[in-house]
Amino acid sequence: MKRLICILCPKGCHLEIDEKQGYKVSGNGCPRGEQYGKREVIAPVRTLTSTVKVVDALHSRCPVKTDSAIPRKLILKAMRLLDNVQLQAPVHCGDIVIENVFDSGANIIATRDLDKVS
Amino acid sequence: MERYDLAIIGAGPAGLAAACAAYENGARKIVVIERDREAGGILNQCIHNGFGLHHFKEELTGPEYAQRFIRMVKETDINLLLDTMVLKVTQDKKLHIMNPQDGYKIVSAETVILAMGCRERTRGAIGIPGTRPAGVFTAGAAQRYVNIEGYMVGKRVVILGSGDIGLIMARRMTLEGAKVLACIELMPYSNGLSRNIVQCLDDYGIPLFLSHTITEIKGKNRVEGVCVQKVDKLGKPIPGTEINFDCDTVLLSVGLIPENELTRETGIEIDHRTRGPVVFENMETSVPGIFACGNVAHVHDLVDYVTAEGFRAGAAAARFCQNQIPAYDSKRVTTFKCGDNVSYAFPQHIRPEGINKYAELFFRVKRPVINAVIELKSGNEVLCSYKRNHMAPGEMEKIIIPKEALETADGLLTISVAGE
Amino acid sequence: MYDVVIIGCGVIGASAAYELSKYKLSIAVLEKENDVACGATRANSAIIHAGFDPKPGTKMARLNVLGSRMMGELCEKLSVEYSQIGSLVLAFTEKEMECVRELYERGGKNQVPGLRILTRDEVLQIEPNVNVEVIGALHAPTAAIINPWGLCLALAQNAKINGVDIHLNSEVVRISNKGGHYHVETTSGAYDTRYIVNAAGVYSDKVSDMVAEPFFRITAVKGEYYILDKSQGDIVNYVLFQTPSSVGKGVLIAPTVHGNLIVGPTSEPTADPEDTSVSYRGLEEVVKKSMRLCARISFKESIRNFAGVRAMGGDDFILEASAPNFINAAAIKSPGLSSAPAIALEICDLLKENGLDLIEKDSHTLYKKKPLFKNMRPDEQKKVLELDRRYGRVICRCETITEGDIIEAIKAPVPPVSIDGVKRRCEAGSGRCQGGFCAPRVHEILSREMGRAMESICQGKAGSYILTGKTKTPGGGAV
Repeated sequence: MKRLICILCPKGCHLEIDEKQGYKVSGNGCPRGEQYGKREVIAPVRTLTSTVKVVDALHSRCPVKTDSAIPRKLILKAMRLLDNVQLQAPVHCGDIVIENVFDSGANIIATRDLDKVS
Repeated sequence: MERYDLAIIGAGPAGLAAACAAYENGARKIVVIERDREAGGILNQCIHNGFGLHHFKEELTGPEYAQRFIRMVKETDINLLLDTMVLKVTQDKKLHIMNPQDGYKIVSAETVILAMGCRERTRGAIGIPGTRPAGVFTAGAAQRYVNIEGYMVGKRVVILGSGDIGLIMARRMTLEGAKVLACIELMPYSNGLSRNIVQCLDDYGIPLFLSHTITEIKGKNRVEGVCVQKVDKLGKPIPGTEINFDCDTVLLSVGLIPENELTRETGIEIDHRTRGPVVFENMETSVPGIFACGNVAHVHDLVDYVTAEGFRAGAAAARFCQNQIPAYDSKRVTTFKCGDNVSYAFPQHIRPEGINKYAELFFRVKRPVINAVIELKSGNEVLCSYKRNHMAPGEMEKIIIPKEALETADGLLTISVAGE
Repeated sequence: MYDVVIIGCGVIGASAAYELSKYKLSIAVLEKENDVACGATRANSAIIHAGFDPKPGTKMARLNVLGSRMMGELCEKLSVEYSQIGSLVLAFTEKEMECVRELYERGGKNQVPGLRILTRDEVLQIEPNVNVEVIGALHAPTAAIINPWGLCLALAQNAKINGVDIHLNSEVVRISNKGGHYHVETTSGAYDTRYIVNAAGVYSDKVSDMVAEPFFRITAVKGEYYILDKSQGDIVNYVLFQTPSSVGKGVLIAPTVHGNLIVGPTSEPTADPEDTSVSYRGLEEVVKKSMRLCARISFKESIRNFAGVRAMGGDDFILEASAPNFINAAAIKSPGLSSAPAIALEICDLLKENGLDLIEKDSHTLYKKKPLFKNMRPDEQKKVLELDRRYGRVICRCETITEGDIIEAIKAPVPPVSIDGVKRRCEAGSGRCQGGFCAPRVHEILSREMGRAMESICQGKAGSYILTGKTKTPGGGAV
């Protein structure tokens, strides 16, 4: 039996996952919690949020995220990929920065608009 | 003198939501005054996800959440005045403002919404002993350096306080290559959301020391280490429990304080518990026509609730400047008193005439409880009761009060929480 | 070859430099830190004492009363925040009342003007928030509050524009007597000079030892303080003292010139002259002792704690030569700040006695700091805004300090090199949020105006770096 706190929403349901009964989840407040509990025990995934360099914008960094969760073990590897990216303003929220990170199916996208400034 | 129907101070989530709601409800000449060079407030530096689950039913990052409201505002003719400081607000709603373009000027408004947000408690406010080297940052200041300006503030980090910003920064610093040695919390429980403990500390093997505090900061010019000690039930360090950490950085996440210097100067009544203005159900303060919403009124943990409050304030301000707010019966006001294990209740006053069928009351517990029973009492009579599995000071609670309950009350209701 | 080298640019060194800059002399000030006013000058009670405390007949007594008399005019001339609010020594027991009468007598002998013994009712009338158990007090109307680092800066700026060289980051490591002149080696270079003024504060004994037989010893004594938010600034109207004991004047409560409240200090000898750490014990002591004077202070409104180190040594100031043409201005403990302008005159006299000709310059330029935008009259504000739009951008919200104010501070003759340096010159970051919001902005402005990389800007003294690198540079932020 594994005990987890669901992290899908701020509610933080206390889940119990029984590995011996086919990863049966209890304590969840919604169906997403059941899915989370199972996945968290078998192969956890996370959304990565970070920044990349940007030039000609108000700030020198642009925030980015993976547009879906990626395996947790890929997070640090993906961070190193971001070191080599440099965007050019203007940037639009949702612009793809890196496509299909490590074949996870997730793209890294910009999470804000940044206008070009001279 | 420029005249506005509504002047909103602050273009963070509360101010932007208020602007949108006021516009939708018919206010037309609206100005949103923001001291920063861009709208969005603190959300711009909160690049992590977890925002918007209530409001947008999807999980957004801070900048994305802000972006949606900025776009909404930009689609209207709301005047967004950036890089502008409000120096003074008078009771007759004249705003003394200043910016590099127009210099110092006074504008007048029919209504004003205060949405200035909050600031972080500092080292000076909590009095951490030791030297005063560089390398002690509030978590928010560090967040700005790292996420917006692109600078690292340290390599070996100890975080004091397990509030959400502290937890988020633990992960953020780790991802950027720093070693986060520990997160230290004075209380026997964390003030952050459980999900942040899991995905910011547990995921990266960062230990959380509950019932501990930093008792000494060491280092002459830059932080060289900290001494951490266990504390007793009164929060006093226990001799012999010293743990020394070799670090170059201390991040403080030790609480937020509503920024009400303008509010105080205007002469608006302040609640010493929330440290924000006392408001009615429609977010109106003690000065008619001046409203408050978001973290300036009380510190929230979820931006979705800030947005909801902004909507409420914006809608009410729109009605006010169209003279649609009736003269309320001043005798029929319900005031909330904090009973057992309740640190504050918000709004402080509800006028039954001002609500439809239900009123929302927000509050926080002082201590965590499980199998909690929330009671709303008029004298000894329990008017409503509610159950919760878990409650913690770090998580704001909401109860729905039927209008009848408010109408039967004699003006004073006590909210209390019992449980294990 | 300089005529005079002054070692140390605290308020004593700066006062001497300012006074000497009026004469036809070539002068240098050597300061070991990256800015002026880094020692006791920036961490003290910020009080100008009236002068009833020192023993009659001492240098301290004479220079305190004279200094206190000169201070108002000096501050007015140099635009330094100063306010003559007066002080009260409060007595709560008959024994303490006895002490008050003794101080009154002593003050008379020291020629302190206007001293009066007040009854309980008189005290409560002018200072309603004091502990009601008060039985009487000594009122000294000439006591004042001041911005001590502001005074030191103004003196240094004026000395600089009148030709004095200020060498920062120049710690004196060796002094050799070259027969007729001194050769002073520092961490930034060597200088030859005919005369030396030793104003090295807690290090003045070590500096004297470089040229003379051990002559005096300095003990560093630490004092811890609270600074409280402006919400507490008007709790008291006067500088409130307890009756002095053998260990000093004890914990005092006073408004500051910036509208805050200062409470402290403790008094504890420290082996490390740079130990400015605060402790639970020290801060508790401050709270406890201040309660006796006034229990109305809300220490929850604390915005900063700090500690300062005072240079103790002997019962009096040491103002004399320990070697030919080598003048000590040492052991300048309290009332050193109050005495500073008078000590500078004394130093001039001592130099003259040692054969230095003091010939007045034909003209002496006055450098007056521009007032902060918030303190300007509306018409002045309008005018500066038209000339420089950056005065319209508020950077420090707590203290309403504009970008224009910060740039003005950066362009001064003795410019700041750190965030704290900016704070000392224009208050940015000194408010309730303690730079939480504005420090990164000040950092950016400093970096831009000085043409230096963000990473090279320090919080305060050299080595107090803020940033460790850039993010997103492979290996940049990593350990």
